[in-house]
Amino acid sequence: MVLTLTPRGLYCEAGDFFIDPWRPVPRALITHGHADHARWGMGRYLATDIAAPVLRHRLGDVTLDTVRYGETRRIGGAQVSFHPAGHVPGSAQIRVAVGGEIWVVSGDYKTRADALSTPFEPVRCHAFITECTFGLPVFSWQEEARVAAEINAWWAGNAAAGQFSLLGAYSLGKAQRILSLLDPAIGPILTHGAVENTNAVLRAQGLCLPETVRVHPALKAADHPGALVLAPPSALGSSWARRFRPGTTGFASGWMRLRGVRRRRGVDRGFVVSDHADWEGLNSAIAATGAETVYATHGYTEIFARWLAGQGYDAHVLQTEFTGESLDEAEPEPEAEAEAESEAEGT
Amino acid sequence: MKRFAALYATIDQTTKTSRKVAALAEYFSEAPEKDRLWTIALFSGRRPRRAITTTKLREWAAERAGIPLWLFEESYPIVGDLAETIALVLPEPEGTHDDSLCTWIARLKALDHASEEERRAAVLGAWAFMTPLERLVFNKLLTGGFRVGISRKLMTRALAQATGQDEAELAHRLMGDWTPDTTSYRTLIEAPDKSAALSRPYPFCLAYGIEPEEGVESLGVPSDWSAEWKWDGIRGQLILRGGAHFVWSRGEELMTDRFPELARACDFLPAGTVLDGEIVAWDAAANAPLPFNALQKRIGRKTVPNSLLRDAPVILLAYDLLEEDGRDLRALPFQARRARLEALLEGLAPDAPVRPSPLLPSNSWAELGEARARARDARAEGLMLKRADSPYHAGRRKGDWWKWKLDPLTIDAVMIYAQQGHGRRANLFTDFTFAVRHGDTLVPFTKAYSGLTDAEFSQITQWVRKNTEQRFGPVRQVRPEHVFEIAFEGIAESTRHKSGVALRFPRMKRWRHDKPVAEANTLEDLHAMLAQYG
Repeated sequence: MVLTLTPRGLYCEAGDFFIDPWRPVPRALITHGHADHARWGMGRYLATDIAAPVLRHRLGDVTLDTVRYGETRRIGGAQVSFHPAGHVPGSAQIRVAVGGEIWVVSGDYKTRADALSTPFEPVRCHAFITECTFGLPVFSWQEEARVAAEINAWWAGNAAAGQFSLLGAYSLGKAQRILSLLDPAIGPILTHGAVENTNAVLRAQGLCLPETVRVHPALKAADHPGALVLAPPSALGSSWARRFRPGTTGFASGWMRLRGVRRRRGVDRGFVVSDHADWEGLNSAIAATGAETVYATHGYTEIFARWLAGQGYDAHVLQTEFTGESLDEAEPEPEAEAEAESEAEGT
Repeated sequence: MKRFAALYATIDQTTKTSRKVAALAEYFSEAPEKDRLWTIALFSGRRPRRAITTTKLREWAAERAGIPLWLFEESYPIVGDLAETIALVLPEPEGTHDDSLCTWIARLKALDHASEEERRAAVLGAWAFMTPLERLVFNKLLTGGFRVGISRKLMTRALAQATGQDEAELAHRLMGDWTPDTTSYRTLIEAPDKSAALSRPYPFCLAYGIEPEEGVESLGVPSDWSAEWKWDGIRGQLILRGGAHFVWSRGEELMTDRFPELARACDFLPAGTVLDGEIVAWDAAANAPLPFNALQKRIGRKTVPNSLLRDAPVILLAYDLLEEDGRDLRALPFQARRARLEALLEGLAPDAPVRPSPLLPSNSWAELGEARARARDARAEGLMLKRADSPYHAGRRKGDWWKWKLDPLTIDAVMIYAQQGHGRRANLFTDFTFAVRHGDTLVPFTKAYSGLTDAEFSQITQWVRKNTEQRFGPVRQVRPEHVFEIAFEGIAESTRHKSGVALRFPRMKRWRHDKPVAEANTLEDLHAMLAQYG
């Protein structure tokens, strides 16, 4: 076994390191910056150079070493390399080779390209530890251009009716992806502090995002008629959002594929935008690895593992503490921090 | 179909009532008349007959999607809606079509007499040329579960906006047992029609419950109000017109044949009479209704055996007069209608199947409060308060009619099984089975689905995921650890349940975080309640 599951996380004995551990460990390899994968308290961190700025922004002053995609590092008896996962900028799959046996930890991944993240690359391996957040045949995503057209039409329609468009999206990854889809000719784009802070980090490392206006306490909504307001989902129902009236709400998530979930959220519109692979994406990615053994982690693990077993894989469930694009109220990023931030801004 | 699917999407994509009504009004102004008629039918709960079993639909959908049936079945509870699950698993459409709503409905109807192979070909062929949204709507037609986020009242309002007709008048026209096959849009909505009018009921006036925190005193002085028992029967409208009689339920089901006793009303009362009242099984000796479970035996029976007619004979306890001598009295004040009702029913023979529901003295709220406390003895479930000068409203309107129900009975029970909900509650555990203690064992006695807040449902869902002991298909057996206070309206003996009792309207009143399982109620407690209240 190249990797084993321990109470602190996925462990590589040969290299004496953990991948995305959920308890403090001396040495952690991090696939990407979402809070369920990159936690505070590790002795040393290793991540891609592209993921590093966000990690520093979120974790503060930590000991962080970086690596480029495809570059091989030797750690103890293991050879380690990071490969694009297409999930958020800098996100990686981590390949671990020990004595000729190759394992890959997918982290979170998306197989379709977007404008910001380095596109997913399949990595051949013997064992593949895959997420399966959307591992059911009911999940299939539309072409990026179609979703962009839907969102822009919604925004333009609201603007023409004199309404603000409040769109909920997680502040790391999803929000910037939405920004890349928006047509700035429709109107101004306002951002919640949590979103704008991440924007600033990504812009500083050279990512190209459209012009945005941070929502300050003194900002007058009336000065920005027809604006699209991009905020973390938790901010939409809060007092923070109240100044944008009259307004219509939307939420961008893979879960919006399901009407029931959208209705429970109580938003007017759901846009099916996910940073995870859909059913087809998961299956094609797994096939491309050539792996014989597949471990399904966060998501519909039992169902997905049973399906894979039926397809001839040696498939298992791996019980981790990752949450993926969570359906429950707990979100895969520090929303509490976002709230505190909006409080601090005096809203 | 495109237009109808677009309407469905618009209604589905907004939480704002005004937007829904506007979209529907626009549809009613533009769509072909036949489609309009079907839309009115669908949105008022009139569905086409189910031509294909859902078992077959699941098989065909899984086959077309290239997935094993078990995987489809696992996906269904997560999506929470069968029509939607099918729409989502199917591959991208091969093309488009331009057929209207009623064309599709006619095709479905033609499948009634088709072979299974023909049905399969027709359904798979339809799916191949529909967008996921159209498939969803089409599947809803197939499965007959057509619930959208628009009430009949809003649909009527939209129709009124589109046609310029009076909303109340339209609501009245839409009542009754018409179907798109028995009428046309013009006949139903525009033309005066004598024959349909003969059986047509009035929209029922509905009451709200008094908010416990508001209190009955907030209604003002008791002398402005008329009080009567709130009976635990079936609300019904008895129509005597042109020598015939019709009995309608609140859900606009024609129940005439189920209650043959009421036919004799024609012998006692003149034609041109419409009564609103409660159908109850009557205990002539006690001069009071029989317990609800006596009536329950007659619900759902199209023909009634003589033994039941003898053991559970029904009468109508009339509490309102809506039409007299063929004249619509609904605009009159309640008091005036009541006086006419009493005059009409006065001196009727004791074996007449109609009796007036008595008024209760309402000199003070305290006096009414005492009456309410005695309601169970009168076989009632509380009081009705009606403003003396109020007209008979169409539908639910706050202010003039109030239900002042008895406090429910309660028992503390242990949660033992959990199941996920549907629709907006998909992915949440919301359907639970509860047990009472019996020695060292737990005996299940009721299910309950409602009463918790969204936050509590999320909390219990997380707990269930971590504390599942066994799975039986969609049902999870959980660690018996949580105690809930279950509230219910009545209790009756039942041979179908292991516990020997059946509850009426059970729901979760409170999550008793403070109570350990050892302090939950016992089977003996439950049977003591049966002896006292059953």
